[in-house]
Amino acid sequence: MMANVLAKKLPKKEWEICVVDQHKTHYYQPGFLFLPFDIYQPEDVIKPIDDFLPKRVNRIVESIDRVDPKTNQVLLENGDLIAYDVLVIATGCNIAPEEVEGMMSDKWYKEVFDFYTYDGACALRKKLQTWKGGKLVVHITEMPIKCPVAPLEFAFLADAFFTEKGMRDKVEITFVTPLSGAFTKPVASNKLSYLLKEKNINIVADFAIEKVDNETRKIHDYGGKEVEYDLLVTVPTNMGDPMVERSGLGDDLNYVPTDKCTLQSKAAENIFVIGDATNLPASKAGSVAHFEADVLVENILHFIEGKPIIYEFDGHSNCFIETGHGKALLIDFNYTHEPVEGTFPMGGVGPLKLLKETRMNHMGKLAFRWVYWNMLLKGLPIPFVPATMSLAGKDFTPIENEL
Amino acid sequence: MTIAGQEVSVNAEGYLTDLNQWTKEISLEIAQQEEVTMTEKGWEVIAWIQEQYRNEIPLTIRKVGKSGVTDIKEFYALFPNGPLKKASKIAGIPKPVSCI
Repeated sequence: MMANVLAKKLPKKEWEICVVDQHKTHYYQPGFLFLPFDIYQPEDVIKPIDDFLPKRVNRIVESIDRVDPKTNQVLLENGDLIAYDVLVIATGCNIAPEEVEGMMSDKWYKEVFDFYTYDGACALRKKLQTWKGGKLVVHITEMPIKCPVAPLEFAFLADAFFTEKGMRDKVEITFVTPLSGAFTKPVASNKLSYLLKEKNINIVADFAIEKVDNETRKIHDYGGKEVEYDLLVTVPTNMGDPMVERSGLGDDLNYVPTDKCTLQSKAAENIFVIGDATNLPASKAGSVAHFEADVLVENILHFIEGKPIIYEFDGHSNCFIETGHGKALLIDFNYTHEPVEGTFPMGGVGPLKLLKETRMNHMGKLAFRWVYWNMLLKGLPIPFVPATMSLAGKDFTPIENEL
Repeated sequence: MTIAGQEVSVNAEGYLTDLNQWTKEISLEIAQQEEVTMTEKGWEVIAWIQEQYRNEIPLTIRKVGKSGVTDIKEFYALFPNGPLKKASKIAGIPKPVSCI
């Protein structure tokens, strides 16, 4: 995305753009949620990275050993050195199941699964095809995680999936979270708590996992609580790339400390950070990286020209939330405004409704895959959706004493 | 609303919305409501949590465990039944939340 936009803005004679990525394949990660339930096929979420890069970009397929901010160089694992004037870190985050005792065992991808990786989602897809039912536990290890609403969507889609298979009565679904509940913000909690009751999903809140006991099939928390499972679908600890740690640029979860407005790293003024690699208090959602890109490009251009960096990211995030049975919710929020009801993207017009379950929102979620492959990755603007959040058409009337 | 005789701003769930209004007396009253008995170690943890908040570092169980002030088991013992949300409320900072 950044390479595509910068390729249009930076003069060819003066600037060389180099993209280093060890992978040749780009995954449509939001699609991993749909793989286990047979809504998407594996081929729907995979395309070659090279299909999305402009011709002028120098593409290097190699792992990065480390970044050296003192000498402005990137050291590759094959020993090559790449000098840079401006560096954009976009190394994302990944699951780290080894962080919890017992999570990685011989039961991994047999009784304990993730769906945040392509391999995990495909393994779970295979498992669900023949699973006879029992206790399904959907579990979040710790925050922050990529796409924080995906575990809840998974629970909703599981309810719909087993209902459609005619075996919902054989499946007990429990949602286990380290937070205070499935919904943690006042308006969303007030408007959406009915969903869990309606779908017969149990909630275990404030559960900070200590270990997975594969023998007794229980997860235990530090406070002494335990939850039994037959099938554990967990979101393991999410961590930034180990390269960030090797470079001495990360916090305790390998996220790069970043200015939340300018997206400049705190370690060096010529290193910028985008997406899940940052430690920003914004949601680790794909839309965030897209909105950040608009701000980041302007800031990089200002930096290059020696001008003050004035464009500020507001934490804008926008996500569809699948609720199953062909319906979805839509939320739009930023650093200072929580998700509320209203219309999107055009205030008062819509056509999408915020914080309400509708079929139109579900169509929007499915259409987003096309937008992702054809507009987002190519750095094209989405009509009517600005990088910073619009307050038009949204209901910010405070709710008091309704909790 | 009034806590420990002082007028403070709180959200719908009773969390202080301005850390500058926090006092030890206020947090003692909140701790009592949350059925938490404050100890010397508990105050150390509260001070550490407030420092993290002022430095814009989000509160997680992992960070508490690595704080050097306490470990996760002790954190649970100090603030039973939901230590993150209870300690946040007593410390006068927002509750850890997700997107919705």
